[in-house]
Amino acid sequence: MHIPDGYLSPETALVMYAAAAPVWLRATRKVKEVLSSRTVPLVAVFAAYSFIVMMFNIPLPGGTTGHAVGATLAAIVLGPWAAVLTTSIALVIQAFFFGDGGILALGANVFNMAIAIPFSGYFIYRWLAGGAPGGSHRRAVSGAVAGYLAINVAALLTAVELGIQPLLFHDAAGHALYFPYPLQVSIPALLAGHLTLAGFVEAAATGLVIAWLQRSNPQLLETYGREVGAAGRTVKAAWAAILLLMVLTPLGLLAPGTAWGEWSRGQLQQLGLGYIPSGFDRLSNVWTAPLAGYDLPILNNPTFTYFLSGLLGVALVVVTLVGLGWALDRFLRRGEMRDAQLM
Amino acid sequence: MPERVPRRRAQGFLEKTLGDLTGALEQALFAEDIARRPGLMQSLDPRVKLLGALAVLLAVSLSHNLLIIAALYLLTLPVAAASGVPMDFYFKRVWVFMPFFTGIIAIPALFNAFTPGEALVTLLDLSSPRIYLAVTYPGVITAAFLLLRVGTSVSIGVLLILTTRWTSLLRALRVLRVPQSFVLILGMTYRYIYVFLNAANDMFLARKSRMVGRLSPAEDRKWLAASMGALLSKSYDLSDEVYLAMQSRGFRGEVLVLDELAWHRRDSLWLAAFLIIAALAVALGRF
Repeated sequence: MHIPDGYLSPETALVMYAAAAPVWLRATRKVKEVLSSRTVPLVAVFAAYSFIVMMFNIPLPGGTTGHAVGATLAAIVLGPWAAVLTTSIALVIQAFFFGDGGILALGANVFNMAIAIPFSGYFIYRWLAGGAPGGSHRRAVSGAVAGYLAINVAALLTAVELGIQPLLFHDAAGHALYFPYPLQVSIPALLAGHLTLAGFVEAAATGLVIAWLQRSNPQLLETYGREVGAAGRTVKAAWAAILLLMVLTPLGLLAPGTAWGEWSRGQLQQLGLGYIPSGFDRLSNVWTAPLAGYDLPILNNPTFTYFLSGLLGVALVVVTLVGLGWALDRFLRRGEMRDAQLM
Repeated sequence: MPERVPRRRAQGFLEKTLGDLTGALEQALFAEDIARRPGLMQSLDPRVKLLGALAVLLAVSLSHNLLIIAALYLLTLPVAAASGVPMDFYFKRVWVFMPFFTGIIAIPALFNAFTPGEALVTLLDLSSPRIYLAVTYPGVITAAFLLLRVGTSVSIGVLLILTTRWTSLLRALRVLRVPQSFVLILGMTYRYIYVFLNAANDMFLARKSRMVGRLSPAEDRKWLAASMGALLSKSYDLSDEVYLAMQSRGFRGEVLVLDELAWHRRDSLWLAAFLIIAALAVALGRF
């Protein structure tokens, strides 16, 4: 899922850096608050761990193997904020010292793998695990499901970022300048691989390691995840920030298009004025079918349909996460009430 | 880019992981070796290289002209040669390994189904059933943009990594206003990666040396999860020890990094050259 340089326009890359920066800042503050001077060695050592775990080949039934990202596991053990830092640093080292993943695309890679995975994975885990006792089977299964879903959230985000490239960035003749396939191709292509394979690799890595820790080192599951885990008001603030970023992502990606004078061509095509590259015409006929459900006759326009489906993709993630957040909030409040009664 | 490798009969996950671990170690040692050689890029201040590489990467990314991107790639060749980078490695790293990922991704874009337009080569043209398959002119251009841009960007990254020692690269990150604590963590992480590479390597070798037959994938997964869990516990203990060691040496949370880089006149000249090339490429590449 590491996006190399050359797939994303510089405008997109910049927007993704801008989206990742405030999360980094908040994560640094948040982790320092709890760990103070312990932050440096803990984050450094766990980032190294995260880097190494990404190299492990995990065997699946059927004889294939795959690499796990391990960010959900990190979020469960260390809490989501610390996991943002450790996974980000592993990605920075991969990009700057080993040449895996682009340097310009680093912001996007961090956003997809080091921000979206820890947060979605952590909250799905907390929500599914509920109040189950530390050593319960349910916790390991929740971890596996959270790992599976979180990596698919990341794959969807990656697919949306890649899929909006041909819509926003093309030369005068309509040739795609960066990633050439629209959302209708990028989303199924990326999700197919992650729903069937990479998701299960992540699920196996997360679930089995949690099960092992329950047997062999149960304290580890209790130490940092609780402390550095977001709770109470911070949860809401974090959710608001993440959701805002997600909603703003496609809008932000549109804006630079205008700045570079790309959008006027798009608008021309939308209005049917001037010349319309034959490619766009035919493409709209070939690829409207999968979107027939919301391709209204008035909106029968490839540009608009691309944008709409992009928004829908992100909206789907947002709605899922809001739903999970709401459920989590209720669960936490119920827990607090129970604790209060016990006291 | 789903991260998967089909499993061959001869190679299990153990061998593959061992291969990946040693591969990373080899790559790092190889880069360190080239970075120590005398050469053009090696003689420059790491800040010049970092800013120059970023400027040229941005130019590659901003250019809307295939010829400009190709020209930027060609310009990296004499620089790589003058820096003692083995040219066969320089080509192979980019143009032999890249096609497995980006090449496969670019292939469908060649055809009319994905990129309609004027046909360059018509492969199939049946009237009933209506099947038309052609490599189109816009398809070739689209695929060329992707391949050339990715290839050139990867080459620039490789050139930077191979000719700059990681300690210098870390110090150079300070010019990008990366906070000192972040630079310190990056440096520590880089060191501990080797500790873990060795630990993981030992674990996998020990396992392999005790195996006579083949276990079921379920057993394999269990063992792998145990080793991941064991490494996780190890990381926790290690971070504790490192913290105590840092504390006993006076660490109280403030980070001080020594900036012992020296800027020479030729560094300014080279930085100017990189920036002018990048600016020219952006200006010419807008058309």
